[in-house]
Amino acid sequence: MAKDQSNKLFEPALVKEALKQSFVKLNPRIMLRNPVMFTVEIGTAIMLAVCIWIAAGEKSQGHLGYNVAIFLILLITVLFANFAEAIAEARGKAQANSLRKTREETPAKWIQAVGEMYVDEVKIVPSSQLKKGDIFLCETGDMIPMDGEIIWGIATIDESAITGESAPVIRESGGDKSSVTGGTKVLSDKIKVRVTTEPGESFLDKMIALVEGASRQKTPNEIALTILLASFTLIFLIVCVTLKPFADYANTPLTVAALVSLYVCLIPTTIGGLLSAIGIAGMDRALRANVITKSGKAVETAGDLDVLLLDKTGTITIGNRKATNFYPANGIDEKLFIETSVLSSLADETPEGKSIVELGKLNPSSFDTNNSTFIKFTAETRSSGMDMADGTKVRKGAFDSIRNMVVKAGNPFPAETEERVKIIASNGGTPLVVSRNNKALGVIELQDIIKPGIQERFERLRKMGVKTVMVTGDNPLTAKFIAEKAGVDDYIAEAKPEDKMNYIKKEQQSGKLVAMMGDGTNDAPALAQADVGVAMNSGTAAAKEAGNMVDLDNDPTKLIEIVEIGKQLLMTRGTLTTFSIANDVAKYFAIVPALFIVSIPGLQSLNVMYLKSAESAILSAVIFNAIIIPILIPLALRGVAYKPIGASALLRRNLLIYGLGGIIAPFIGIKLIDMLLSLFM
Amino acid sequence: MNTELTGIIISFILTVLLAYPLGKYVAKLYSGQKTWLDFMKPIERFMYKLAGINPGQAMNWKEFLKAMLTINMLWFVYAFVMFLYQAHLPLNPDGNPNMTADLSFNTAISFVVNCNLQDYSGESGVTYLTQLFVITFLQFVSAATGIACLIALFNGLKEKTTNNLGNFWQIFTVTITRLLLPLCIVVAVLLVFNGSPASFDGKDTITTLQGDTMQVSRGPAAGMIAIKHIGTNGGGWFGANSAHPLENPNYFTNMLEVIGQCLIPIAMIFALGFYIKRKKFAYVIFGVMTLGVLLLMIPTIITEIHGNPLIAKMGVTQLTGAMEGKEVRFGPAASGYWSILTTAISTGSVNSMHDSSMALSGLMQMLAMLVNGFYGGCGVGILNYFIYIIIAVFISGLMVGRTPEFLGHKVEAREVKIAALVTLLSAFIIKGGTALAAYYFVNHGNADWAVKPGAWLNNPGYHGFSEILYQYTSSNANNGSGFEGVADNNPFWNITTGFAMILGRFLPIIGPIAIVGLMANKKYVPESAGTLKVDSITFGMMTFAVIIIVTALSYFPPLVLGPIAEYFSIH
Repeated sequence: MAKDQSNKLFEPALVKEALKQSFVKLNPRIMLRNPVMFTVEIGTAIMLAVCIWIAAGEKSQGHLGYNVAIFLILLITVLFANFAEAIAEARGKAQANSLRKTREETPAKWIQAVGEMYVDEVKIVPSSQLKKGDIFLCETGDMIPMDGEIIWGIATIDESAITGESAPVIRESGGDKSSVTGGTKVLSDKIKVRVTTEPGESFLDKMIALVEGASRQKTPNEIALTILLASFTLIFLIVCVTLKPFADYANTPLTVAALVSLYVCLIPTTIGGLLSAIGIAGMDRALRANVITKSGKAVETAGDLDVLLLDKTGTITIGNRKATNFYPANGIDEKLFIETSVLSSLADETPEGKSIVELGKLNPSSFDTNNSTFIKFTAETRSSGMDMADGTKVRKGAFDSIRNMVVKAGNPFPAETEERVKIIASNGGTPLVVSRNNKALGVIELQDIIKPGIQERFERLRKMGVKTVMVTGDNPLTAKFIAEKAGVDDYIAEAKPEDKMNYIKKEQQSGKLVAMMGDGTNDAPALAQADVGVAMNSGTAAAKEAGNMVDLDNDPTKLIEIVEIGKQLLMTRGTLTTFSIANDVAKYFAIVPALFIVSIPGLQSLNVMYLKSAESAILSAVIFNAIIIPILIPLALRGVAYKPIGASALLRRNLLIYGLGGIIAPFIGIKLIDMLLSLFM
Repeated sequence: MNTELTGIIISFILTVLLAYPLGKYVAKLYSGQKTWLDFMKPIERFMYKLAGINPGQAMNWKEFLKAMLTINMLWFVYAFVMFLYQAHLPLNPDGNPNMTADLSFNTAISFVVNCNLQDYSGESGVTYLTQLFVITFLQFVSAATGIACLIALFNGLKEKTTNNLGNFWQIFTVTITRLLLPLCIVVAVLLVFNGSPASFDGKDTITTLQGDTMQVSRGPAAGMIAIKHIGTNGGGWFGANSAHPLENPNYFTNMLEVIGQCLIPIAMIFALGFYIKRKKFAYVIFGVMTLGVLLLMIPTIITEIHGNPLIAKMGVTQLTGAMEGKEVRFGPAASGYWSILTTAISTGSVNSMHDSSMALSGLMQMLAMLVNGFYGGCGVGILNYFIYIIIAVFISGLMVGRTPEFLGHKVEAREVKIAALVTLLSAFIIKGGTALAAYYFVNHGNADWAVKPGAWLNNPGYHGFSEILYQYTSSNANNGSGFEGVADNNPFWNITTGFAMILGRFLPIIGPIAIVGLMANKKYVPESAGTLKVDSITFGMMTFAVIIIVTALSYFPPLVLGPIAEYFSIH
């Protein structure tokens, strides 16, 4: 879904909706949420009153056209800020809605409860009538109507509607893969599912509510920044209020329009207007990466993460380990060894087994396996294989279990094979010893295949200051080898769920912020403990409830993207604040000389931009102040690009672009607007 | 001209050379290591016993501030009463009168808060008793208060997580016995040898060369002149302050006094590095502050040396530079140097009349006080700078993609709120006060007050506006120097500047201590490659930019109407 989602910032339909919302948001009660822009709205109202006053005959305030122009520009400034917020909301909602649409009003096969018993009497109802705790049935070809948990059965499910991944997945009751999502489709078999959410309370619904104005809470950092911006606003209010007696002292009449314009230009309208859009866009970017965040705070926290716990399988290595080499014992025909190896794995459905068959490059149908018995792998024997019709016993398994078997039968175990086993293990591989009729033939090497490009990603994380920790069930030796090869900073070998928990607690005690990804119920405590817990959508309801994000793609590398989204969010806030405040320098040089030039001609020297007249200077400044908001909307929505070049270098770079740029840009902008205005004035 | 410049360069180098080891000593002193002044310990113990203080008792930020504010309140009441009744008390050989209530209010606050704005003249307004046991006493304790609060800040920054900012009484006592007193004794002795008076006799009568008789005030002044500089107080024994020949007799004492006032403020920066074991952080702060001071100082010295363009237009050559309001024995370079340091450091003692400085110099002096954190006063300079750091940390922390943190502690809404409030307050006091005065001057010039508002200003126009602005800036910055030219000894000025001084003193102390107390309580976040490095030059420049932008943006309009308009009208 995310793949075919249009990345255009301004889709006509969304723009239309946002335009409408821009006016709705003029309601002072809504504006009050944004103190900076609220004061601009008050300024606009004052200018409206002044315009009426002039129309009624007042002479001291300049001519009507000029005042009306100021009033309109201020109104547009407020509308631009509202539009920024509205377009961010609209985009977030559209994204969430497109995910939700698939599941609305699907017919559901509701299993009616008769007394305490569930009778398999099925009634077709619209999905919207299902409540939490209800049970429904899904058969081949059915669309799953609601999020829920499988209580009976197993099925293959096509989740491409939400993940974009076309390969079907298996979901079954009782395990860590018991969760199904509304809008996905059952491809085979039959399952009974218990609804886990009330209608309108699914994670997606919650996300949509977060994006929409009503239940959107300001994050702690947003609150802190709002306080800072409000105090800047107050400082400039004091500047403007006290300017009146100062001007009286200097015998300079000041118009209301000039004072209000100065005020609006000085207060940080740029960041004030874009602040909530930045926050919403952060959640929206997460959603575009197919991650549902349960709060805006989680995204913010992601930028601060110090430690990532990553599962080895699927994140660092591709799926499962694969056979990479055959090592026959001395005196054993290689062909025989390979044949035996393949034979021992023919009936083995595990990925490891399949990879042996693949590596052997023999045609499986060339073997006669009629009347053979497949010996399954058990934890006790730690080996598997086949008893052939002719009585030949082929086995493959862990080194010590095969050796015991071989030695028990009175055969020697080849020394070079034992040596090879050790080499393979120390190289991070898994040795599988193969025997035929209790005689050891050689060893197969299985290796983890490290995902291409993963080293670079870890390197990038290291530069961001994020420590990566690999979690694996492997023994410490293997774990260490893979950890080194992949470039992770630390590993937890032979990991049990409580090991993750302990590791997280240990890191948190030293003040670090930890993120992890998990899916199982036994991951839930650790997910809850972690500062950012990302639950896989395929995981259990408990896991999803415990984490603060849900990844629809079930992609363990997602954590890395989440960190960058968090950092981008914070950086965008910082850089636009810097830009907004740096702009004031030029605005002062435009407006202050304009205010006093009549009574203090010497101040002409401060008019460094050579603006045409006092009125054109003030108009240019307010126009620049207004149009910079829509110009920066794309940046606010997309976020400032994060570059892992170290904190000081990053600060230097951003200061140069947004600080110095913020000082210079308005000088140019205001001058250009003034030149344009002087054509008409 | 060259000797003049050499003189100030040597002054500056000597200051830094002396401040560095002093900083090391300060760090040792407060971390309880052995120092050669440990022989003062029995005296300290005696005082703790007398006052019933347990010097080892830990204090959190609230307890610390409570102790500090309580004792300051007590000092204020004591000073207020003493000034009101000084005429009837002993040690008044010249028969000086009691202070009026409003002047007593202003003066008591002025010295409690280390501001030393003087709406009276030392020769006629106070007695030897109040000079010694009120003013000099307050000059010691107010300096020690500032330093003690800074040490609390150090304590908060030093530990990873702590509640304990140290014991106010202990830090305060040690500051007086082992830092201020020893330094003052040295300076006072040097002053006495160079001619500053230290006698209890009343006015002397001399016959001038013209044959007239003249009354010369004197008194036990040398000790007070020493602490007025060492403690960055600035209030002079005589009305003319350090321009007075007995208060600052020669070029050597001039150097001594200007080095003396910079000594502790600069030493405290180095002490920060040694004490919290982040030397590089301290060096960056020192670098930023020095850069700021130089940017203010160099234009000032150049304009003063070049002389007044209006006089030049009359065809008069000014070989010695702009000499109006300056002492011949110091000259324009040393006067310009002093005027910037005394305003930057919040001493506020003067060796020339700032009212007569060139317009640009006046602008620089005001900017120095508006920033109030380039070196800054005893202890409080770094506290003010800390507020700028918090704002810089907040914005630049975001710019590196993390929620802001400073030395391992998160900077969140509460800290930002306090820092914003402190910044807001200065803007409110200075511009609010100036606006109020300007309003009465313009609209109620003939009001029937003790001094009619219309008669407040000695100078009309832009310069008059600068005089008003300077008065409130100096009060808020706890500087105490005057542009003068304002008729300030009347209820309006005594009361409004009195409140400006109280607020300008205590909120900028309470703010940083509260911030550091809150932050020290939080869990410690270890540094990583993604953490903002606050000891980097980049962050130093960021702080510098924040200081410039915040100051420039807050005060641009009034500065334009005062010194900048004056500058352009002359040039």
